[in-house]
Amino acid sequence: MTHAGSGHEEVGVTDFLEEVESQTGEKVRICYQCGKCSAGCPVGYVMDLLPNQVIRLIQLGLRQEVLDSSTIWLCASCETCATRCPREIEIVRVMDYLRQQARLGGHTHAAREVPIFIHSFLANLKRFGRLYEPMLVGMYNLASGHLTKDMDKAPAMIIKRKLALLPSRAKGLHRMRQILKNIEEMRRR
Amino acid sequence: MRYAFYPGCSLESSAKEYRASTVLVARSLGIELEEIPGWICCGSTPGHMSDKLVGIALPAHTLAAAAKMGTEGVLVSCASCYSRLRAANHAVRASEAVANQVALALGERYAGDVPVYHMLEIVAKAAEAPDFEERIKRRLKGLKVASYYGCLLVRPPDITGFDDQEDPQSLDRVVAALGAEPIAWRHKVECCGAALAFTHADVALKLSGEILEDAKSSGADAVVVACPLCQSNLDLRQRNIERFLGIDLEVPVIYFTQLVGLAFGYSAGQLGLGKHMVNPVPLLKRRGIHV
Repeated sequence: MTHAGSGHEEVGVTDFLEEVESQTGEKVRICYQCGKCSAGCPVGYVMDLLPNQVIRLIQLGLRQEVLDSSTIWLCASCETCATRCPREIEIVRVMDYLRQQARLGGHTHAAREVPIFIHSFLANLKRFGRLYEPMLVGMYNLASGHLTKDMDKAPAMIIKRKLALLPSRAKGLHRMRQILKNIEEMRRR
Repeated sequence: MRYAFYPGCSLESSAKEYRASTVLVARSLGIELEEIPGWICCGSTPGHMSDKLVGIALPAHTLAAAAKMGTEGVLVSCASCYSRLRAANHAVRASEAVANQVALALGERYAGDVPVYHMLEIVAKAAEAPDFEERIKRRLKGLKVASYYGCLLVRPPDITGFDDQEDPQSLDRVVAALGAEPIAWRHKVECCGAALAFTHADVALKLSGEILEDAKSSGADAVVVACPLCQSNLDLRQRNIERFLGIDLEVPVIYFTQLVGLAFGYSAGQLGLGKHMVNPVPLLKRRGIHV
């Protein structure tokens, strides 16, 4: 029941809200739109939806609008929002879930580079068990088409021996591969 | 004191000098570092962005390996690794269901009970001890530095929690204990945008540029950091930042372990000071600190 002026209004619970809450463990419904997350967001200036708007759209069940937004890809996971949220919503965890859903559903047109970066990073881990920076740059540049990205830094880094010229294959490489394979199998089930 | 050392991927290549200086400072403080055998990448930001379980299981594997070493806990120098290792402990302890999933992914159970410390925590504690003063061979008097904590060292506080999330002081106290002057500035916990450095370079350049500009206009000679991703964003990309914003910066970005190492009497070569793109040595000389 809702009383006018009681300051407590039940939000109709949508399927998308239920889904996000059950998958993230975050109580998205208790957000009262104070806007603190957006006020502190360092990347808010380039987002099409501000973080508090993403939360509101989840409450309203507007799945498509949320997954199509650039916000989920621009979020830098800096945790400023989650740290300041008076309702203690871990917004980065919510963003992670939205990114995963967007990748699964192919909603990546708002910022195609981020999914390519995530893919390149994980492919690197499967190959070496640890991140091998030159390979990450190479794979990302090839896949994204930004061929010269960060190439200007290579000469100085080589001179200063800041680049490992050969990857160090982690002794735990087979464990890395096994863990990622196990998780892929768990996800298929 | 013996710790299980998790260097993380950056300390193997672009941040070799962070590793070298961490090892030297630990030695001076009587801390024994034993590298975790078979450690793997923590997955960093792309790990947890791609899949919740990947983001927890990768650091959990390394923690499970550390559990078998019987040490004080894990010591880590990278703020991103630190955050992921602690997040894994937190997640495994908070939920039986998550612990079970992690066990399936790893093929072994991990209880989430290995303590994880950032090198800054350890050094900050050491700096409060009465014998710290005796270790200082070279006081860094006259050097003004901006202590930069960035994001993941202090946020979110329920994962990290060793310092204040909005106005941390541990690094400032270490800097002061070395005889240098920690300046007051506004960007100590602002994000440098490292996660976007590949995909949205303009955003990363703007955020990093604002940090460096504030440090400089607040009177800092250098920025001191505790994360290899922050360091590379602020130093390696500093020329790009200058071009992007049309400003001159020339602000050295130094690892806190290098600063401590300098005060402990190690040479610029031992600490890898020459590996930075903005060379800090001329500045140190100007301040009468002979390295």
